[in-house]
Amino acid sequence: MHELSIAQNIVEIIHQYVPAAERDRVRSVFTTVGEHSGIVADSLTFSYQAITAATDLQRSMLVIEPQPFIIRCSACGTESRTEMGSIQCPACRAVETTVLSGTELRVREIELEDEPQEQS
Amino acid sequence: MSIITIERKVLEKNDELARKNRELFARQKNFVINLVSSPGSGKTSLLEATLAKVKQRASVAVIEGDVQTDLDAQRVAKLDVPVVQIVTNGGCHLEAKLVHDALQSLDLSAVDLLVIENVGNLVCPANYDLGEALKVVVLSVTEGDDKPLKYPTMFRNASVVIVNKVDLLPYVNSNVETLKQNALSINPNLTVFEVSCRTGQGLDAWCDWLIEHSARKG
Repeated sequence: MHELSIAQNIVEIIHQYVPAAERDRVRSVFTTVGEHSGIVADSLTFSYQAITAATDLQRSMLVIEPQPFIIRCSACGTESRTEMGSIQCPACRAVETTVLSGTELRVREIELEDEPQEQS
Repeated sequence: MSIITIERKVLEKNDELARKNRELFARQKNFVINLVSSPGSGKTSLLEATLAKVKQRASVAVIEGDVQTDLDAQRVAKLDVPVVQIVTNGGCHLEAKLVHDALQSLDLSAVDLLVIENVGNLVCPANYDLGEALKVVVLSVTEGDDKPLKYPTMFRNASVVIVNKVDLLPYVNSNVETLKQNALSINPNLTVFEVSCRTGQGLDAWCDWLIEHSARKG
């Protein structure tokens, strides 16, 4: 259950990009979470809601975009989505492979509501 | 609506500190392993048995991570090995910052091998780089031979698997060959050792491997 600590890291990143006065305008925070990143999406969403409740980010929503686990084989060049996150190439059984996606944990975008127009 | 594009790793702060730890270990020529497992697999018993064998052949230090108490540090200290206890107070894993702080209490210039015993947990520590050279997973036969399939991230990120408590194999429904096959199906590059801390079986092969890698670092 380290999703709470992950959610805290996400909030810190939001704070770096959005000045305090504008944080109540944050609506969506888009994250990329690999299927083998070790993160449980529901648990991360729950943790994010829990730590932003009663803060200026309380109206923001964490959006999790899952990424499949894909490897590329250095021997035969095949790109595969492997069962259970194995790093062995299912085509030729070689073990020299590169993980292309599926382990990442990134904050991609923050979406802010427009500032209310000043009444003249 | 306005959009701020970020593209930042969530754990970049941890990764940055882990990089600093790794640079420090390289300068001091320390070989550093991150020992991970479920609770009760025998990490600390393995560490005691390992230290007893390797401390004559290499200069060793230990960082202990636990949710509460310094009981493990007390066990290690009895072996006359420098040890620092990190208590996470509920935290389910060690982070690079905690290790960085703990390093202030150790004289790394005198250390060949540093063992970081992580909090007992096969999920969360997989995400947090500490700056170690490699991760060693301890897995006891009583936990079931399907464990690598249930916790693939840890086994994919590890370099070594130590199958512990093999003296209990006659009494449990675990098949050590199935266990090894399952681990290697996730990560065929794993080096596997079968040991029993109670009988001493297999410990020499593991300790020789450790000494050889510590020496190569220096």
